[in-house]
Amino acid sequence: MTEKGWKELTIGTINLEAGNSLQNYTGTFRSGEKPIFKEETCIHCLFCWVFCPDSAIIVKDNKVKGIDYNYCKGCGICVIECPTKPKSLEMVVEEIYL
Amino acid sequence: MGKIITLNGNGAIAEAIRQIKPDVVAAYPITPSTAIVQYVAQFVADGLLDCEFVCPESEHSAMSMCIGAAAGGGRVVTATASQGLALMWELLYIAAGLRLPILAGIASRALSAPINIHGDHSDSIGARDAGWIQIFSENSQEAYDNFIQAAKISEDFDVRTPAMVMIDGFITSHSTENVIVEDDKDVEEFVGEFKPLYPLLDVEKPVTLGSIDFTNYYFEHKRNQIEGIENSRRVILKVADEYERKFGRKYGFFELYKIDDAEIAVVLMGSAAGTGKEVVDELREKGEKAGLIKIRVYRPFPYRELQDVLKNIKAIAVLDRLMSPGAYGAPLFTEVRSAVYDLKKRPKIINYIYGLGGRDIAPDHFKQVFSDLEKLKLNRYKGDVVNYLNLRG
Ligand code: SF4
Ligand code: SF4
Repeated sequence: MTEKGWKELTIGTINLEAGNSLQNYTGTFRSGEKPIFKEETCIHCLFCWVFCPDSAIIVKDNKVKGIDYNYCKGCGICVIECPTKPKSLEMVVEEIYL
Repeated sequence: MGKIITLNGNGAIAEAIRQIKPDVVAAYPITPSTAIVQYVAQFVADGLLDCEFVCPESEHSAMSMCIGAAAGGGRVVTATASQGLALMWELLYIAAGLRLPILAGIASRALSAPINIHGDHSDSIGARDAGWIQIFSENSQEAYDNFIQAAKISEDFDVRTPAMVMIDGFITSHSTENVIVEDDKDVEEFVGEFKPLYPLLDVEKPVTLGSIDFTNYYFEHKRNQIEGIENSRRVILKVADEYERKFGRKYGFFELYKIDDAEIAVVLMGSAAGTGKEVVDELREKGEKAGLIKIRVYRPFPYRELQDVLKNIKAIAVLDRLMSPGAYGAPLFTEVRSAVYDLKKRPKIINYIYGLGGRDIAPDHFKQVFSDLEKLKLNRYKGDVVNYLNLRG
């Protein structure tokens, strides 16, 4: 992506493309750990979907399908909120390629 | 036709606010600007002004609300002074960075410590790098005229930059004078209807405001921001011209008083100019070629236009109603001195810091300055570059 010069920018830092944060893979913030989803025990209460501070829990037809690692920041909130025993989400150490 | 009303500086700004019809006023009262907020509250209570009047818990919140309301798409006004303006500091930068045309009336006052409620320019000039247009007034009439013009300047689509209009705390804010207040409908016509740019409340066209920039864009956005205040140079003169044609009172970047053939001159801002002009008249009667330049627009600083005026003067004294601890002279001095540096034939120039915390400046003090300038002109001045006027040793 070529970066714009100052004359090409909109007034007052206004961003005219609503929702373009989709282009910004905030999953790159993640360092060290990520949640993995275990469908076997999931009761699809959607707590994880509600509490995820991003929109990284993938839901289709009211059912959790997995995690969108392009946006998941690895905060672990979904794991803490998951009510099942054992939990249907688990933090695992992520391999980091430096 | 307008009518003459006795008003103090705060009342004059309040009248201007009533006439430009803001959509939102969010303000927290603080001495000596309290009465501006109080008058506006009264207008709203009496049904003379139809606006959303909000009393937040601090000046920080007041400016935050102004930013929200302006981003939403409204004409927005506030008023403050001293510690209140200082408390708004971080938001002032945001208002300017987001190019929101917010208007603020400032009754300039000293900053603590020690606590002092009287007039000096520490608060307003302290905010000079925030990116706001800054206009200083000598008296209540100028405060009224400046505030109305500020609305039109700030809201111009090439400018879209917040503006603050200053009066000197107590000296102007609380002195009652005769002020010509124009007809409501004439002012309304002059200022025009407020036209928002990308308002957040326009849900059909959603935009994002206030997002983060990293190292790859922050610098470009800040450079882009400056275009607004740079464009205001042209717009300030255009609006002043329209104002003169409609209401008959003339304004520019500065006022020149007996400067045409002047060899010595004082440069200053605000209420002290009145006293200075009296002394210039007295000296002129004695045949001395004295003059005075009163800066009206401090941001954007009219350095090119000033160069044109100062190039013919031999010795200049810049009077600052604030200090800049540790600097080589106070802010107005450094700015004027920087402007004359480009001249082929540079005038000699010295600085006087005066009037801090409301300390009087009397004709005798101006006479002392002009007598120093006479010596400076003839290369006989033995004093310092930076001086303090009416300060006990
Ligand atoms: S919180 Fe746990 S059980 Fe509930 S939907 Fe999410 S993964 Fe499934
Ligand atoms: S770890 Fe945090 S960001 Fe990632 S899916 Fe869970 S709650 Fe969302």
